Amino acid sequence: MGKIKLKPKARKGVIGIKALIKHPMETGLRKKKGKIVPANYIVNILVSHNGNMVVDADIGSSVSKDPYFKFNVAGAKGDTIELKYKDNKGKTGSATAKSK
Amino acid sequence: MKRRLFLKSAMASSAVATVAAAGLLTPSMVFANSAGFKAKSDAAGASSASAGKGSFKFKAPKIAENGAVVPMTVDASKMNDVTNISFYVVNNSTPLAASFNLSGAAVGYVSTRIKMGKTSPVEALVTAGGVMTKVSQEVKVTIGGCGG
Repeated sequence: MGKIKLKPKARKGVIGIKALIKHPMETGLRKKKGKIVPANYIVNILVSHNGNMVVDADIGSSVSKDPYFKFNVAGAKGDTIELKYKDNKGKTGSATAKSK
Repeated sequence: MKRRLFLKSAMASSAVATVAAAGLLTPSMVFANSAGFKAKSDAAGASSASAGKGSFKFKAPKIAENGAVVPMTVDASKMNDVTNISFYVVNNSTPLAASFNLSGAAVGYVSTRIKMGKTSPVEALVTAGGVMTKVSQEVKVTIGGCGG
């Protein structure tokens, strides 16, 4: 668990950041063979651009499995984008990529 | 430090479990979300009622064939000073799907995919310069491919 694909791409002064996080995103409401599948979802993601925070998102359990996000940030080619996430079990993950 | 946090959260969750056993909380409250997020969700619901109509673009499918993956996009890049973009699914058990706080160089644009239990209006809330505005759209969820 915890694989992140992070693809920032600069175009006309704006970096489009595409992020795909591998995560089960269980709501805790779904049942499997009569037993409730324990909740396991991302609660918070942080995106920074050259060390400055640009997006601080609170994520609920109703975001899809293997969540996909796209953000736009003003910037240029070569800028560093970092993404961090935290789930409700306290697990964290991060990825860093240079903008293309 | 980490161990302390872990212990704390373990204690907190066991406390919740005992309360649930006592029948004070409904299951959805226990399992759906943390208290903080629930409060936020309620707040978003309350403020969405009074929000005016926004002048941003909200893209969501009219008919979603698969409720587990509903793509939606908010494009408020023409608005200045966008601080928050939220997605609110009225008929979900946890209505607030996600709330994105934008700052610094971020442009008012967010695209993501959310889960929907059933057909429901979806509201996109954008806070720009301290004023919240919304655009709402009905998304039909058809399971089995037969629209209804």
